Amino acid sequence: MTRTPASAMLLMYRRDLVLAFRHWDQIAQPVVFFAMVTTLFPLAISPELGQLRELAGGILWVAALLAALLGLEFLFRADHADGTLEQMMISGQPLALLAIAKGAAHWTACGLPLVLVSPLLAVSLGVPGAALCTVVVSLALGTGILSALGAIGAALTLGLRRGSVLLSLLVLPLAMPALIFGARAIDMAIRGEEAGGPLLLLAAMLVLAMTLAPLAIAAALRISAE
Amino acid sequence: MNWTWLHKFASPPHAYRLAGRLAPWVGWPAFALIVVGLYGGFVLAPPDYQQGEGFRILYVHAPSAWMSMFVYATMAVAAAIGLVWRIKLAHAVAAASAPIGAWFTFAALATGSLWGKPMWGTWWVWDARLTSELILLFLYLGYMALRASIDDRDRADRASAVLAVVGVVNLPVIHYSVFWWNTLHQGATISKIGKPSITGDMLWPLLTMFLAFTLYYGAVMLVRLRAEILRRERDATWLREELRL
Repeated sequence: MTRTPASAMLLMYRRDLVLAFRHWDQIAQPVVFFAMVTTLFPLAISPELGQLRELAGGILWVAALLAALLGLEFLFRADHADGTLEQMMISGQPLALLAIAKGAAHWTACGLPLVLVSPLLAVSLGVPGAALCTVVVSLALGTGILSALGAIGAALTLGLRRGSVLLSLLVLPLAMPALIFGARAIDMAIRGEEAGGPLLLLAAMLVLAMTLAPLAIAAALRISAE
Repeated sequence: MNWTWLHKFASPPHAYRLAGRLAPWVGWPAFALIVVGLYGGFVLAPPDYQQGEGFRILYVHAPSAWMSMFVYATMAVAAAIGLVWRIKLAHAVAAASAPIGAWFTFAALATGSLWGKPMWGTWWVWDARLTSELILLFLYLGYMALRASIDDRDRADRASAVLAVVGVVNLPVIHYSVFWWNTLHQGATISKIGKPSITGDMLWPLLTMFLAFTLYYGAVMLVRLRAEILRRERDATWLREELRL
């Protein structure tokens, strides 16, 4: 039976989500890590909310970035180990589209939970209520960018020793532009300024990453799975 | 069109011999131009009206910064050629270039830091160009780390090539985002085509140094390329004959 690429993508997405939700601990770990790293900052800097508010954008973004990196390592590992990846490659479906589906599923399981808890952590850092919407939008866009860029790194480091350290080394420099605009958007919103500009730039980066990254992911997967 | 010349050009024995023959023809002019450029920059050029003698580090700093980007671009182009046409020599060129580029990036950062201390009063500022240069260094280090951690040569070549291409697509994004983020660095000196904001006495040694550094990269790359070919072809019969083992 042949499937259209769209239905293959949908199947892939659903399969990955089912697998992810069966291992709920893998979903919970980045969220707990995110909360824990955010807690470190008040302890290390000062419990004073006025001071934390100044740094909130940066703290939330750095913590979310590191938390999102945690889950990336597992993106292709199981599929590589049990041969599913080879089946994907010989299935006749475009590998780049399947990579988009896998990336989207990864974002739903790893990025979205971070976005959902972010308002809570933001409030604990003294971010005013009016800025919470910007926090959510900027992190939603940012974790999306990181899922796309991170998938390239995950595909390149597939099956390597010490892959996780290498993965952060490869992905973090590429993610810095997103960090700059994401943290700035939150910062501007906290000061009561209009944060549309940086958010639009983030959205543009997400579109660019979603367009080009799948090609690189597919190429990297083919190289790594040989 | 007949492409046999390209395959001959890309064959390891031919490239090995050609690189060996070309290296001195690039290396000695590089050496001569560095001597001329440094003499012109350190002795002949007048002191800057604002920065005094301190500006002279420009003659090492600016060419290093230029090379850091030029080498990355060369590396990415070579990697893309290797990836698309599966030419192993192109991968060898990319592999030989990466450490050179990383050192140029480091040199640009180090000289910039030395320059920053008397001029801005601090060793390091989170200025846009400094930061994007630092990110470039991280990209080089990531590239070399990925290459080093894959044992299979063919996979190492192609995986690092994908990374180099991804990096080169990202470089403009990184550069401009960092630029909008913060800037303190003085404006570019000679990119204003037509009317550079520098006098002729100061300019010609700088241009000489640019050319010298580019040639220097060429020479070192050729030598490293030969070493890379030796490493890759260590079991080949042509190499035994070549080295008369």
